[in-house]
Amino acid sequence: MMLNRTIAPEIKDAVEYDIVLKRPETFSLKNGVKVYQVQAGTEQVVQIEWVFRAGNWFEGKRTVASATNFLIKNGTTSRSAYAINEFVDFYGAYLNRSCFNETAVITLHCLSKQLEQLLPLVRELITEAIFSEQELSIYQQNMKQKLAVNLKKCDFVAGRTIDAMLFGEHHPYGVYSRTEDYDALHREELVRFYADYYTHGYCTVFSAGILPGNYAELMERYFGDLPLNMDAKEGITHSIIPQTLKKAEVINDPDGVQGAIRIARPFLTRHHPDFPKVQVLNALFGGFFGSRLMTNIREDKGFTYGIYSYFLNHIHAGVWMISTEAGRDVCRATIEEVYHEMKGLREGEVDADELMLVKNYLIGTLLGDMDGPFQIIGRWKNLILNGLDDRFFYHSVQTIKTIQAEELKELANRYLHPEEFYELVVV
Amino acid sequence: MIGFERFVLSNGLNVLVHQDTSTPMAVVNVLYDVGARDENPAQTGFAHLFEHLMFGGSVNVPDYDEPLQLAGGENNAYTTNDLTNYYCQLPADNLETAFWLESDRMLSLAFSKKSLDVQRKVVCEEFKEHYINKPYGDVWHLMRELAYKQHPYRWMTIGKELSHIENAQLDDVKNFFFKHYTPVNAILVVAGNVKVDQVKSLAEKWFGEIPSGTRYERSLPMEQPQHEARRMTVHRNVPMDAIYKTWHMCGRRDEAYYATDLLTDILGGGASSRLYQSLVKEQQLFSSISCYHFGSLDAGLLTIEGQLVKGIDIQKAEDAIEAELDKVRGEAMDDRELQKVKNKTESIMAFEDMSVMNRAGSLAFYELLGDGNWMNEEFEKYQRVQSTDLQQIAQSVLSSTNSNTLWYLSTP
Repeated sequence: MMLNRTIAPEIKDAVEYDIVLKRPETFSLKNGVKVYQVQAGTEQVVQIEWVFRAGNWFEGKRTVASATNFLIKNGTTSRSAYAINEFVDFYGAYLNRSCFNETAVITLHCLSKQLEQLLPLVRELITEAIFSEQELSIYQQNMKQKLAVNLKKCDFVAGRTIDAMLFGEHHPYGVYSRTEDYDALHREELVRFYADYYTHGYCTVFSAGILPGNYAELMERYFGDLPLNMDAKEGITHSIIPQTLKKAEVINDPDGVQGAIRIARPFLTRHHPDFPKVQVLNALFGGFFGSRLMTNIREDKGFTYGIYSYFLNHIHAGVWMISTEAGRDVCRATIEEVYHEMKGLREGEVDADELMLVKNYLIGTLLGDMDGPFQIIGRWKNLILNGLDDRFFYHSVQTIKTIQAEELKELANRYLHPEEFYELVVV
Repeated sequence: MIGFERFVLSNGLNVLVHQDTSTPMAVVNVLYDVGARDENPAQTGFAHLFEHLMFGGSVNVPDYDEPLQLAGGENNAYTTNDLTNYYCQLPADNLETAFWLESDRMLSLAFSKKSLDVQRKVVCEEFKEHYINKPYGDVWHLMRELAYKQHPYRWMTIGKELSHIENAQLDDVKNFFFKHYTPVNAILVVAGNVKVDQVKSLAEKWFGEIPSGTRYERSLPMEQPQHEARRMTVHRNVPMDAIYKTWHMCGRRDEAYYATDLLTDILGGGASSRLYQSLVKEQQLFSSISCYHFGSLDAGLLTIEGQLVKGIDIQKAEDAIEAELDKVRGEAMDDRELQKVKNKTESIMAFEDMSVMNRAGSLAFYELLGDGNWMNEEFEKYQRVQSTDLQQIAQSVLSSTNSNTLWYLSTP
């Protein structure tokens, strides 16, 4: 019998799956540092993250937090930057650091069998980093050059400009680094920030993979006696001072062939009751390849290589952002289409097929994202740092499975009004 | 150790099955043995444009993405100079949906005019976003033309120029499809929470009746040995001068590949590498520098690229690179340094193999190289490399007559 290829095979709706977020085990070190661990995986590897409350929220001067974070592995009292890098590479490990708004992180990836060799080095970074003048000056020079190159890119300029429009450039979420900020860095400022927010900082540890049997003992040995978590480092509050004009056009490169578009509004945080529901609305609007924005603006009109909407989930404030690069001559038309899609969601109810597709897609993606220990601990880190737990996760899953078309329309009418969005084009 | 089973359908489609029951998901990966190197020099960028068209509907299924998303799946694809790879992941219960979609687009595309019109525009925007509207965006366009005179690696995957994409016609699309997108030119890997018997019957059912097509016999002009140093200087509106140097190296299947790969790591693979330590940290001539290669199947390019510290004379910077190369040519590295890059390689492989999707993609790639099981023998091949091998590669590859140098200068 000939196969009838026009008929789709039967599917099990993804929404019928139970999704389980494996709970991490936890223990606390003597100094109060809490350690989360997800023991899972097939490969003999581990990932450990030391998360400090040391983001730019806590700095008194621009770029001090990120410079301190970057230079933390560039020399200790007993090892040069080279010695540290050589040691890490020799064990086939990766020692990275990254700085965010509220937090700054030291991350170690290594083969399980090498963990014990590497932990003393991480301890050393937290207690004995020296921030030499020489390392600082190389950092300043290289960062200024990197900045000069980035400033030639319209998407980079758009990204920092829209943040400043939303929060004001003195707020930690809106602030950006300028050449003069790198020039103004002094070694003493880094040393002080390091002492306050790392050596005497507030730390939480997230670990996953195939951890050795004596993991808790190792962590106690290398980190339990450090003067961490003596106070909670709540930090000061910052006021948001958004720009009064909501629209801006910037000519960054007169010969540019594309414009970077950002359309954004201040938004809820994860703690708002609408948040789980709005995640579904966002998916429908611009959150995946099959979204309204992508279908219309890329797949029908060919204005762009890609367009997405997403949330910036800061701890103290949220943003709903639409972001794309479009041909210079079609930037205006692209923006009009974005507003047109908002209107469509406000005025019409999504039909059953499209809603089912979005729900199955979201659940299917969640199922896929649970693939492996690093993904699981990543979800927990996000929850814990935002003061949430797996009730939030299960509530979100339940919301995806049960939300109705009229609720989505109602939400669109609550949040998707063009006049509430800031609009920026950088050519 | 990545276990798998292999069977071949009567139409020549090669199928590999890798089981992993720790995940509820399944991955279906289809690799087509065609890349930008197989394009007509007057129609470059075609393999990649074609990848976009593979999502524009097939003969019996008007849309690829929607049914997959409805089944809780997601997908993507990429094109390189050597190959084109499509992969999707979905709940294992819905595995058949992926077979239905992938087999129909191997059977035949819909060849819709609208899809071609739109994707031409989308790819042109992709071209602009990555290669025109970015500082240093045209480097590889320039370097490939400088380094390759015969081999089709002389153009980038995205294409040589926008007009080649803008002028693509529906007939070209059809010819390309029936030449390359056939069972004998494809490798199917199914991985995740699946059973071999189940995959066998699904493969028979959905792919079995597709005409096998003709095996595409590649006869590309191989690049002739280079006998004199080539140099090029350009001025562009960028903030910093940069230098790019390449040397012809062996292909991916060559025995010398492993030593060459480790040599690039020793020179420029990260913060403890020789070039970084000497030129960025000690001499402060560069703000960044790296050494890498693309792992091309045919003879490739070993590359050093660096951005200069403002105000540094570019000749002085290039001399400093040469001084480091003199060292690797002249002295054998010590055991610890060699052990270091081997350890890094072992670790990279372990991390790469964590996800089912990566394992499926790697299996398809090694099967294209010759045998999926080479994936399990790869580290052993690195282990066998001796420090004298590295020195020998340094001497034979990193010679001046084999080099191509691009000075990319900031317009005053």
